[in-house]
This record gives sequence, C-alpha cells and structure tokens, in this order.
Amino acid sequence: MKALAKTFVVVWLALVFVAAAIGAMLELGPAALDLRAPVTDHLTDTGVSHPVTAVLLNYRGYDTLLEIAVLLLALLGILAAGGAAGSAAPKAAHPMLQASARLAAPLMILVAVYLLWAGAFLPGGAFQAGAVLAAAAVLLHLVGLTRGWDSPRLRLRLGLAGGFALFLAVAAALLTQGALLGFPPAWAGELIMLIEAGLTVSLGLILAGFFLFLSRDLR
Amino acid sequence: MTSGLLFALVGVALFALGVAGVVLIAQLPRRILAFNLMGSGAFLVLVGLAQRGDLPDPVPHAMVLTGIVVAVAATALALALVRRLHALTGRLQLPEDDGD
Amino acid sequence: MTLGLAFDLLLACALLWSAWRTLSTPRLDRAIILFIAFGLLMTIAWIRLSAPDIALAEAAIGAGLTGALLLDAYGALRQRKRRRKAS
Repeated sequence: MKALAKTFVVVWLALVFVAAAIGAMLELGPAALDLRAPVTDHLTDTGVSHPVTAVLLNYRGYDTLLEIAVLLLALLGILAAGGAAGSAAPKAAHPMLQASARLAAPLMILVAVYLLWAGAFLPGGAFQAGAVLAAAAVLLHLVGLTRGWDSPRLRLRLGLAGGFALFLAVAAALLTQGALLGFPPAWAGELIMLIEAGLTVSLGLILAGFFLFLSRDLR
Repeated sequence: MTSGLLFALVGVALFALGVAGVVLIAQLPRRILAFNLMGSGAFLVLVGLAQRGDLPDPVPHAMVLTGIVVAVAATALALALVRRLHALTGRLQLPEDDGD
Repeated sequence: MTLGLAFDLLLACALLWSAWRTLSTPRLDRAIILFIAFGLLMTIAWIRLSAPDIALAEAAIGAGLTGALLLDAYGALRQRKRRRKAS
C-alpha cells in the first residue's frame, strides 16, 4: 500500500513537472545571451577552424581538463571497487570472427587518427577518436585476442594518466605566460593538436579500461 | 514549432521519466538505465533550447559532448559498484529497498 | 519543412516510446537492447539538431560503449546467479 502511494505521488509530481516545464518553454523569449557571434568573431585566434573544437579546447579548455580528470577518477574508483580477480584466458571466438577483427582493428585505428586530424576543421576530435580506439580494444577483447586487464602495470598507468598529465603540463606552462590555458594565437594550433593527441590515447585507454577492468571478473 | 523546441520538449519528458524511474525502480541496473535517460533528456534540453533560432550554437554542443563522456564514466563506475554488491550479497537491490 | 517536422515528430515518439519500454519491460536483457536502440535514435536526433559532433560521440559512446558495458554486466550477473544456484 505504501509503495502504491509512493508511485502515485512520484508519477503525479513528474507529470506536473513536465507540464510546467513545457509551459515555461513555450513562452520562452529570445535568448538573453547569444554566444554564437563572439565564438565566430575570435575563431581565427583559436588555432582551429571548427567552432566546437575551439570551444572544447580553447575557450573552455578548463572544462575539458577537468573532464579528463573526472574520467581518471572514475577509473580509479572502478579499480578500488575491485572484484574477483579471476582473469582466465579469454574464450577464443570463431577463427573467421577473429580474422575479421584483426582486419577491422587497424582500420579503426586509422579512423581514429582521421577523426583526430579532422577535428581541427570538421566535426570530430579527441573524444570521438578516443571512443573509436576504445571500441577497437573492446572488439579485440571480445573475440579473445587480448586478455582482460588485471591490474595496470607501469606502461599502462603512464598511458592512462599521460593525456591528463600532458594537458596539465601545457596549462601550467601557459600559466607562467599569463593565464591558465590562454593559448598564444601563433602557437594555439600546434598546442591544441598536441593536447588532443595525448587526450585521444588516454581517453581510448580509459574508456577501454572501463570495459576491460570490469569484465575481468567471471570470465 | 521548430525541431529544436520539439526536441527540448521531448528532453523534458525524458528527464521526468528518468527521475521517476530512479526513484521508483528498486532493481539497480535498471536504475542506471533510468539515470542515463535522465542525462539524455538534459542534453536534449540544452541543445534544443539553444537551437530555437536557425544557426546551431557551438557552446552547448561542446558542453553536451563533455557530458556524454562523463555520463559513460558514471555508468561504468555505477556498474562496477553493482557488480561488487552482487558478488558480495547476491542481490541487485539496496538493503533499504528490500522491504518493498 | 513540414516533411522534416513530421519526421521529427515520428522520431520524438520513437524516442519516448523506447525510453518508456526501457523502464517498463520486465526482462533486463530486453531493457538493455531497448536502451541501445534509444541511443541510436538519439544519434539521429542529434543529426536533426545539426550537431554532428554530438552524433558521432553518441553513436560511439552512448550507444556503443555504454551498451557493451551494460551487456557485459548483465552477462556476468546472470552467470554468477547460475553458479550460485549450482553450488
């Protein structure tokens, strides 16, 4: 009975919320603050010509720095939550499947590099490239070509933390020049590409780690 | 009615559905799904409302991009905790929900 | 324009329906598959909102990686339950 009353109250509150929010949105006036013009006006100073990448790494580089830190923390949390460390050898899939995974993995790495490179002037960038890298690692694990990760060794640790460390180092170096992540326009393109390359590798490893560390128990 | 506004309204409904799911559903993996629906709703509101004009606005796009990556991190951490709970107790519910 | 809006309405209904079914379907594996379908529908929605960057990320992360994580967790939970019953 109590559970039924709770359901009733929650559903009603949700419906009231939806009605109120829809009503408010329908009579919403034009935006008080339009950031589109400032973003395009200063685009030439950012070192990239794709506005979303400019926002992510130049205008709001701070957000991206904290984001990669959050990802690293989540991975640490997963490692700390632990689990039965019984990572036996993975079950090998059908040879045909393994062969196509072997063919697909290099292509996926190529796609990741393209996405990273294209991010400067087209939709794409470090996040998408890192996700494709992670997908390649997960694919290789699922067909039984790579083992699940048990506990990270030194090289893997360096890879996981490298993107964040590189980003932080660039930010600290720029702090001595004036402002945190205030890129000098002449160097902005190169610095952003350097940061993005580091981010891609680390993001790929961290996102793959979410899967590979989690799937180590019971295999 | 532009498509931006339409998807913002869908986002509100998804968010409310997600909140109701997180509050009402005791089974933890499904609660994680509801949490993800909540996130998707919030992202749709952010981008949809910024799109009421004709040109897309890159600032909410970048924010949502960050949000999607953080959401998968939160999902992975939540799943790790659920798997740990299941390994230790054999349950998929929190102890306080057992009475329901 | 009206054709586009009609498509958006259809997409909106599909989004809401798949989200509702994700939470209401009794079986967990079906719920996860529906959630992956929801992620792919979100990808189309991002394209309709002319946000190709988000569409790329949603397809790779929201639908792909989250789906893989959820399915892997489901498999592990089921296997453990079976092992518990056997012992």
